[in-house]
Amino acid sequence: MTTTIPQQPTPADAAAGGTLLQARGVIMRFGGLTAVRNVDLTVNSGEIVGLIGPNGAGKTTFFNCLTGLYVPTEGTVSYRGTVLPPKPHLVTKAGIARTFQNIRLFANMTVLENVLVGRHTRTREGLFSAIVRGPGFHKAERASRERAMELLAFTGLADKAEHLARNLPYGEQRKLEIARALASEPGLLLLDEPTAGMNPQETRATEELVFAIRDQGIAVLVIEHDMRFIFNLCDRVAVLVQGEKLVEGTSEVVQNDERVIAAYLGEPFEGAPADEDGTPAATADDASTTSEQENDR
Amino acid sequence: MTDLPIAAAEEAVAATATHGNRRTAPFIPLPLTAARATTLAGAVITIASTFMSWTYTTDFPGDLTVSGYPGGLQIMTLIGAILTGVVALGTFGLTGLRWLTPSRTNNGVLLLALATLGTTWYTVIDIAAKLGGLANLDPGGFVAFIGALVLFAGALALPLDRHPEEPADAEYYELGRAEGISAVVRGYAWLREARLHHSELRVPDARKLNRWLQRLVIVVVYALGLKILTFGLATDYSDIFIGYLIVLAVGVWGLSAGGLLKQFQQLTQHNKKFSSTVGVLTAIAYPFAQNNELWANLGASVLIVGTVALGLNIVVGLTGLLDLGYVAFLGVGAYTAALVSGSPFSIWSGTQFPFWAAALAGMGAACVFGVLIGAPTLRLRGDYLAIVTLGFGEIFRIIVRNLDGVSGPKVTNGPNGIAQIPDLSIFGYNLGDTHSVGSFTLGRFANYYLLMLVITIIVVLVFTRAADSRIGRSWIAIREDETAATAMGINGFRVKLVAFALGASLAGLAGTVFAHVTNSVVPDPYVFSGSVPPNSAFLLAAVVLGGMGTVSGPILGAALLYVIPQKLSFLSQYELFAFGIALILIMRFRPEGIIPNRRRQLEFHEDETPAPGNRPMGDDTVPATTAGA
Repeated sequence: MTTTIPQQPTPADAAAGGTLLQARGVIMRFGGLTAVRNVDLTVNSGEIVGLIGPNGAGKTTFFNCLTGLYVPTEGTVSYRGTVLPPKPHLVTKAGIARTFQNIRLFANMTVLENVLVGRHTRTREGLFSAIVRGPGFHKAERASRERAMELLAFTGLADKAEHLARNLPYGEQRKLEIARALASEPGLLLLDEPTAGMNPQETRATEELVFAIRDQGIAVLVIEHDMRFIFNLCDRVAVLVQGEKLVEGTSEVVQNDERVIAAYLGEPFEGAPADEDGTPAATADDASTTSEQENDR
Repeated sequence: MTDLPIAAAEEAVAATATHGNRRTAPFIPLPLTAARATTLAGAVITIASTFMSWTYTTDFPGDLTVSGYPGGLQIMTLIGAILTGVVALGTFGLTGLRWLTPSRTNNGVLLLALATLGTTWYTVIDIAAKLGGLANLDPGGFVAFIGALVLFAGALALPLDRHPEEPADAEYYELGRAEGISAVVRGYAWLREARLHHSELRVPDARKLNRWLQRLVIVVVYALGLKILTFGLATDYSDIFIGYLIVLAVGVWGLSAGGLLKQFQQLTQHNKKFSSTVGVLTAIAYPFAQNNELWANLGASVLIVGTVALGLNIVVGLTGLLDLGYVAFLGVGAYTAALVSGSPFSIWSGTQFPFWAAALAGMGAACVFGVLIGAPTLRLRGDYLAIVTLGFGEIFRIIVRNLDGVSGPKVTNGPNGIAQIPDLSIFGYNLGDTHSVGSFTLGRFANYYLLMLVITIIVVLVFTRAADSRIGRSWIAIREDETAATAMGINGFRVKLVAFALGASLAGLAGTVFAHVTNSVVPDPYVFSGSVPPNSAFLLAAVVLGGMGTVSGPILGAALLYVIPQKLSFLSQYELFAFGIALILIMRFRPEGIIPNRRRQLEFHEDETPAPGNRPMGDDTVPATTAGA
């Protein structure tokens, strides 16, 4: 790993570890729709931060802004103090890796090859060395394979290395996505609904995997709908409702916040963002649909 | 191979009889002994019939009037019937012939019987149709007709391995009945129900054989392949060639049903270096195996289009970019080579580059052209890219047409092209002259065939090595999911541009030889689609037909698409039509192409492979994961 941050189990210590990701005033508009509205978010090294919110709140859109898939209309995202260029491959190179809400593996490649693709930014050999096949090429390939196998062992997929990704069961596909993301040696891992569609046991296993990743010194930002998962896991939780950050704080703070409960249960009350500017709920939903279509393109 | 363990295979057959909705059952209910007897009797009758006279006159191609020995199309029937009989005896348990069907299925017998039936009935019907009526048939013809039918019926009564597809929706059948096409619907349903299935049957591991025996088998198979190929090319009439194709295609299918092909793949996989060496030697032996300039020309042309198709395979098969103007890069290479060849029609008629320099110049020019076209177009995805490349391909041809000194600067001599390109001379060996090597003579086309073979080997090496590397994996990742690939840190545009430029360079390289083989370059062949082979549609069809992402697929596809129209002269007017039909059939029944990609094989055979490295493979694709060290 490039980042060798010592294990920092408590949020207080983590904060001392320094800021890893800083998003300032991120706004994302699709035509007339504002999917993400002026969101600030900070992730410190060694932290697990949760991002929750009702469907269509703009969580995935915000993720896409962070990873360069979208260029934010306004605002900046910086990683370790430098502003990130809005190109996905450069963001990954800088040290942010991600998984996708709807699994996006390279279906017709083997499990091992998927992870090797994740190593792309950390290896150098180009076309020429591939054709000439000097000793350097073999050395780099071997190192890549060893590292990939380590990651597969870490995620528990080592015995399936030669299988096609498409033939893995659902839960293992999720794990493989995480292994592939880890292969790029990130300092920050973004997980987009890592437990969607999982049974309680698998969710529990994913939880342990995320802790193990954090213990390796990688900060994690996770979107999830499973509240038990989020509150068990996260040092800090941010709540996004209709594109705006409603609350941010520890699990207790968020769990006890009336506005969060209202946002999820749909109870009307004064001071909710939807009431303030009168944006109908459907708008945010549409924005999210648009974002997913963009994603699929 | 007789000492192979058969117990394992028998176990496998027993297991499949009950597994899922797979089952082993005949189409015609007959007692097993009766079915076997009918099959053998059919084989014997058919074999006997080929020694009789089939028609009265010698008007029919191949002279089938002679009694006493087979001739012309009778040879096809004879080969088919003997093969069916022998394989059948093997599946019936005759020691010494069991190795012919390692998986112990009867499906192979049925398919071989089908091959025999096909070629025999084709012959008989062709005689009747060509000469005007059944009156032209001798008794021998009728005997053959009946014999092949008996053989096929006997094979249908053997217990066959089947795996019916799930029946379609009940609604679908209802619709069929309502529309009054219920017979068609029922026929289709019957076909699904009847589906033969043998790809999952287990085959004893051929790698347990003695190492030297394995190598001997490889040599024999390659030599046999060369013999079969030259035999096919030597057929004088399209009628005989059609019979040959039927026996060859269905026969190979039948032998592979029994698992022989799978075992052979295990052998070549196990002796990789040895088998590729034998393969190259076989290819070198081709111009020596026959002494016909026409075939050598055919061989050289096939290698040229095959090599270009392989270059296209990098772009289409690996990276997933549909390029419809690819033939332009062949043209760039050819024109570059022509300009520096010393031809009197070239604007630089004084300069004559040595071949290596001309080849590098052709490659370089094509590469530059590839980057020029790629840089603006590769930002598009999917269909848009296809349309734009189609346009650029045409632009190349039109520009070349107009650089004639009238409509534009004089560079390419316009529609007249650059003629009188002199033959190449490499190390004092003039490729235009006839040389004798020992007792063999190598004509002009044989020389070019050998030169082209060297280039094909280079391109194959470049393809396999590039595919199995960091850059190759990123190509495949882009093909699979471009968004995810960029999110994994791949610079999509750059990687695609590299693929485009590499594909273009390889086509340019082949183009330099192409210019010299044809003696002249003109703009007309470099179109999107036409009846003369090197056009973009042809190359694309070769890649799709042969198998995307594989090495031998595009070469095989190009060979088939080039040779078959040459041998079947009556097809010339319907060539594009036949292309279309062939592609539709391939897409419906074998979408992965004739030679399936390793990944496809994994998809189908994954459950057979508990441990990595122990995988039976038809791996000629990209030795992606094993060849690291």
